[in-house]
Amino acid sequence: MSAGTVIRSTSPQRPGLRLYLRLAWRNVWRNPRRTLLTLSAVAFAAVILVFMVSMQLGGYGAMIRGATGVFTGDLQVQAEGYHAKQRLRTAIADASSVEARVAAVPGVTAVSSRAQAFALVSSATRTYGGMIVGVEPAKEPSVSTIPRTIRKGRYLSGATSDEAVVGQALASNLSLTVGDEITVLGQGLDGSLAVAVLKVVGIFSSGVPELDRQTVEMPLASFQSAFLLGDRVHAIVVRTGGLEAVPHVAGLIRAAIANRPGLTVLRWDQLLEGLKQGIAMDAAVGWFLYTALVLVVTFSILNTFLMSVLERTREFGVFLALGTRPRILGRVVILESVILLLLGLAIGTLAGAGITAYAGVHGIAFSSSEELLAQWSLPARIYPRLDLLSVTLGPAAILLATLVAALFPARRIRRLRPVDAMKAV
Amino acid sequence: MARLALLLRLARRSVLRNRRRTLIILVAISVALWAMIFFAALTRGWENDVVHNAIFTLTGHLQVHAPGYRDDPSVDHSMKPPNATVAQLLAGTEVAAWGTRVRVPAVVMSEHDTAGVTLVGIDPAAERGLSFIADAVHTGRYLDSPDDRGILIGRALADRLGTGVGKRVVVMSQAADHSVADRGFRVVGLFEGDREATEMAYVFVGRRTAMTMLKLGSRVSELAVMLRDRRQLPAFLARLRTAASGLDVQPWTTLEPMAQAMVALGQAWIWMFFVVMYVAMAFGLVNTMLMAVMERTREFGMLQALGMRPRLILIQVVFESCFLLAAGAAAGIGLAAGTLSLLHGGINLSILAQGAEMWGMGKVIYPAAAVVDVIGATALVVVLGVFSSLYPAWRAARRVPIEAITRN
Repeated sequence: MSAGTVIRSTSPQRPGLRLYLRLAWRNVWRNPRRTLLTLSAVAFAAVILVFMVSMQLGGYGAMIRGATGVFTGDLQVQAEGYHAKQRLRTAIADASSVEARVAAVPGVTAVSSRAQAFALVSSATRTYGGMIVGVEPAKEPSVSTIPRTIRKGRYLSGATSDEAVVGQALASNLSLTVGDEITVLGQGLDGSLAVAVLKVVGIFSSGVPELDRQTVEMPLASFQSAFLLGDRVHAIVVRTGGLEAVPHVAGLIRAAIANRPGLTVLRWDQLLEGLKQGIAMDAAVGWFLYTALVLVVTFSILNTFLMSVLERTREFGVFLALGTRPRILGRVVILESVILLLLGLAIGTLAGAGITAYAGVHGIAFSSSEELLAQWSLPARIYPRLDLLSVTLGPAAILLATLVAALFPARRIRRLRPVDAMKAV
Repeated sequence: MARLALLLRLARRSVLRNRRRTLIILVAISVALWAMIFFAALTRGWENDVVHNAIFTLTGHLQVHAPGYRDDPSVDHSMKPPNATVAQLLAGTEVAAWGTRVRVPAVVMSEHDTAGVTLVGIDPAAERGLSFIADAVHTGRYLDSPDDRGILIGRALADRLGTGVGKRVVVMSQAADHSVADRGFRVVGLFEGDREATEMAYVFVGRRTAMTMLKLGSRVSELAVMLRDRRQLPAFLARLRTAASGLDVQPWTTLEPMAQAMVALGQAWIWMFFVVMYVAMAFGLVNTMLMAVMERTREFGMLQALGMRPRLILIQVVFESCFLLAAGAAAGIGLAAGTLSLLHGGINLSILAQGAEMWGMGKVIYPAAAVVDVIGATALVVVLGVFSSLYPAWRAARRVPIEAITRN
């Protein structure tokens, strides 16, 4: 440190930051009990916010991954209008060339085509309505978790054309077991009767009640011939590296198929509108709770700031009489508050991040409501997501609110008159 | 008594001595309580909606089925209509409404599209007060009688099938003899459900029409009962189980486990939030009281020197925090009551309807402050608040008179 700075910082005319800091630091610890209580309040709020925000973001991530992973995928290429009204004829023509083009787009990690139709499914004794999905047996496992959730039997091998896997609830409704035969009765593209006789090779339990209750998967090629679709499919399901990449990859795919009019690229949040809205609603409730918490904590510590100014009126009077500018006293007071807040936030954020990291490894179990969570495509254990955003969001909000509170007492100093102030008790 | 009055007056004056500080801590307390009550009311509104929907979407307070129907809701698991003993019970004063239904999976086809649904054969008159359907018809008409030959379908389903009032649809299902039963129906009305899933899931026809179509004879799928008061459920359930021996008699809590689980989850959420808010507020309260006590060290020393017992000083400080807490609680409750009365008409969620449906909510949610939550939140804040002010009070009372006066 050069001599010049030292002289400048001790000069009463232009005190430097170091002097402010020293003054502020001493003042902070003048009343250790009060300081500790204030620190605890700030730290507590920071712990809660870091943990809750991480938990929320982790939950949303799990929900989205769960919901997209089972069946929907990150993106789908569909014929325009199919998402709104799933009609058999609203299909992608010349599908294999489109699929090849989509698969070549950078960022796309897996692609699989599907065709689907509603049809009657009959076993020996029963008849139910079901959603028949034609899939590519070799590629489907890379875009959907259904092939991995086979409870009995095995997934489609692709070797024979008459295989089928059936959702668990549908299988029990139809009183089916592996090896049984089912008849699928629907309407082909030209309005004629579409019939397929299939052998059940596996029964899956995806965890999504809607899928398990009505889905039958069969090889795409046999589906196309039964329903007279030719080379048409209804959806090309795409997986990307991660959810963050989805908008970018969607743009690339859109460009890659631009020469094919009548096709549209739908992101997961467009395919699963309800999920997106549900998350938005939950987040809104979260914001309400966090705002209330920050508000209460801010008012709780506003008194501390105010007191630390009011009880020092005499001291400030002396400072002013000695020629210190009110502006500089105000700065010292604000600096005190900032030190207090940053210290509290640092402790709270570290503790919050610690707790969150621990929970992130072990997960938080909601054992009593497993079924309920499954309905929201949440796993039985939720792993909070610890990242820069979830760690800084809450503390930043607290800092902002409490800084505004800190300005309020500091403003009082400007109105002090030295003689009156020195007379104060 | 006089001593207590004096302490109260001292406490009141001390609280009013530093108005700004009092006001700030009052804001903290009342915001905390306001948020607690408001959040609890929102959660209760959600719970009520989930439960109401579960009960009125064809569940009732309790149902009777043939054994096996709940696992496999098909024509194979049907039962005879209620016998004389059951009928006698159903005629009792505690029963508000009851009805028998045919309820089986089916496929409905228009000229454009096909969909899987649940076919429900109802007694149109019996459904009043038993389920949502009697008041849900949006266009066209409700069914006239159990023999009505028309069909009532959901608005969303009609949209999907590209059909409407006056058009014909074909319903296919399995008959009791395992043949495929199909029958054409004219759409006589479209109903609007609180949730789109309801509009997609059910189609309604006359009960006797359905029995004929499915070759059920006199047999039905279920008996649903609505009681006048939900609290009578356990007693009534026990009597009905005896009367309908051999049948599967279940309350709505078993039939709709999701609704029950959501209520439990909501309960847990409310209390977690209560505790967090209380702690945040308590830090401020303790700090404020501590300050109020510290700056009056001389005063307390003087009082003690004049002969006031330390215990009375402690009580005085506790009274002070009681005043703060009571005033803050009153303001918080008032604020919450105001907010809730502004939202009297409910919060309209129709722009987020699909998201609301994901959480089991309908299109409008009505925040409902439960007395137990208001009392719980207030008690938590006030009782534990007084408790946490014991520390500052104890510090105030502990000072030795001489030391306290000569300090400063």
